[in-house]
Amino acid sequence: MNKRIINHPILDTLADNKEVSFSFNGKNHNAVEGDTIASALLANGICTLRYHEESGNPRGVYCNIGHCFECRVKVGNSDIVRACLTPVEEGMKIETLTQYPTPLKGGS
Amino acid sequence: MIDVIVIGGGPAGLSAANTCARNGLQVLVLDEFMKPGGRLLGQLHEEPDGEWWNGIKEASVLASNADNLGVDVKLGVSVHNLQSDKGNWIVFTNKGKFRSTNLLLATGAAETPLPLPGWTLPGVMSIGAAQVMTNVHRVKVGEKGVIVGMNILSFAIMRELRLAGIQVDQVLLPPRNELSTESSNPLKIIDDLSEAAHLAPGFIMKWGAKLMRVKALRKIGLSFYPSNGFKIWDVPIQLKQAVVEILGDKKVEGVKVVKLNTKGDPIPGAEKIVEADFVCIAGGLYPLVELAAISGCPFHYIPELGGHIPLHNERMETPVDGLYVSGNITGIESAKIAMAQGVVAGLSISQKVTKRIKLEEMTKAIEHVHDVRAKSIIQFHPDIQKGRKKIEKLWNHYYQEKKQTKIPSIENSI
Repeated sequence: MNKRIINHPILDTLADNKEVSFSFNGKNHNAVEGDTIASALLANGICTLRYHEESGNPRGVYCNIGHCFECRVKVGNSDIVRACLTPVEEGMKIETLTQYPTPLKGGS
Repeated sequence: MIDVIVIGGGPAGLSAANTCARNGLQVLVLDEFMKPGGRLLGQLHEEPDGEWWNGIKEASVLASNADNLGVDVKLGVSVHNLQSDKGNWIVFTNKGKFRSTNLLLATGAAETPLPLPGWTLPGVMSIGAAQVMTNVHRVKVGEKGVIVGMNILSFAIMRELRLAGIQVDQVLLPPRNELSTESSNPLKIIDDLSEAAHLAPGFIMKWGAKLMRVKALRKIGLSFYPSNGFKIWDVPIQLKQAVVEILGDKKVEGVKVVKLNTKGDPIPGAEKIVEADFVCIAGGLYPLVELAAISGCPFHYIPELGGHIPLHNERMETPVDGLYVSGNITGIESAKIAMAQGVVAGLSISQKVTKRIKLEEMTKAIEHVHDVRAKSIIQFHPDIQKGRKKIEKLWNHYYQEKKQTKIPSIENSI
């Protein structure tokens, strides 16, 4: 959690918010109440949120306010959400979206 | 029945909602984000008098007023469609349908992307994304990065990143391509920023003088512009260097930079690599207008206001019955102007519902918008006044034409 900006010359010192634990791809992490999934992951040094459906290239947050849909992640068993708009919750299970199989491509 | 649904809980939307509630209206505010305040939340800059404009505090004042006035603010709600149905609006969201007699679109702005090779790598983000991560979520976007794109917003946020202890190594131009014509032209940038310096001596006091010196240089070309840039808040501004590619395997590791000649063309062979663990892309802002388009409101392209603008008048009315606009959807300006416009929209809607708003109050609110604009320390476009006059003219023209040609009303055409 060394990526937190605790002290700031103008803004208030970061409030001591309640800790929240969640998992990302099966690994446990901590965040604080008020974090989005995107900020919770970034605070843990994670900036790759999914892999492009076709190319498999890594993708992260781009606009951070819900416009670009680059930060899609899977929550629980099925919900696909924008990480930048979704508050992280205690016990949340978050997973990356992965490359789709393309069996008809390249003749294989 | 709800009197008005306000879409967007930023400075314009909340100010309008509070004005409506003060006049006794039932108000529902819908916003996608988890906190009220919109883009106010990220804002942090020094005023000419040395006071800090702290967007988080401004947003919390607006939100607590809304709360006290009984405004229903629903967060985490995304609107994806609108329909007009027998004098009512139906608003379709991820949390179901909402109905109201009036609708205010206060959706704000979106950032213009500047695509360049490598821009999909994790660690590349819009400058606004970095602002929200830094000031709202209080998480560092990286240790050392570069900003691609030069405009008022990129310089303001560059300072915010530095305040939070994040190193911005330098600010560079985007590569020249079909999508970046204006933002990659050094002369155009000097032009814009010099105009801004003239209009806004307070905000850019610390570097305005340097820009003015550059403005003088402009006349004899860019020949004497230092090849290592000049500094704003200790960060080199590279008007003669452009990022041509963002590099990295699984995430950002650096950028490939080319030197430019005075015409802004790359000098062959003069490439270098700058290490960075984040890259911010600053392409400027444009009004977020999709919902206005769905509503059937006429549009006009007005570059001075930042793009395609829904037709509206100074009372924030549109030609569509029961549809109002305020804030950045009407043109890219500062949050203070959005707030002033929000009050005007709130009075217009209140007048429609209650018929009890005094003309004097409305006139005063409109004058306040003008005052705030005249005193504005952040001008996103040097010709904002010209843009505002254009839309006013178009509005008058629309109604004159309507009178002359006698466009049949729905009743007559049946």
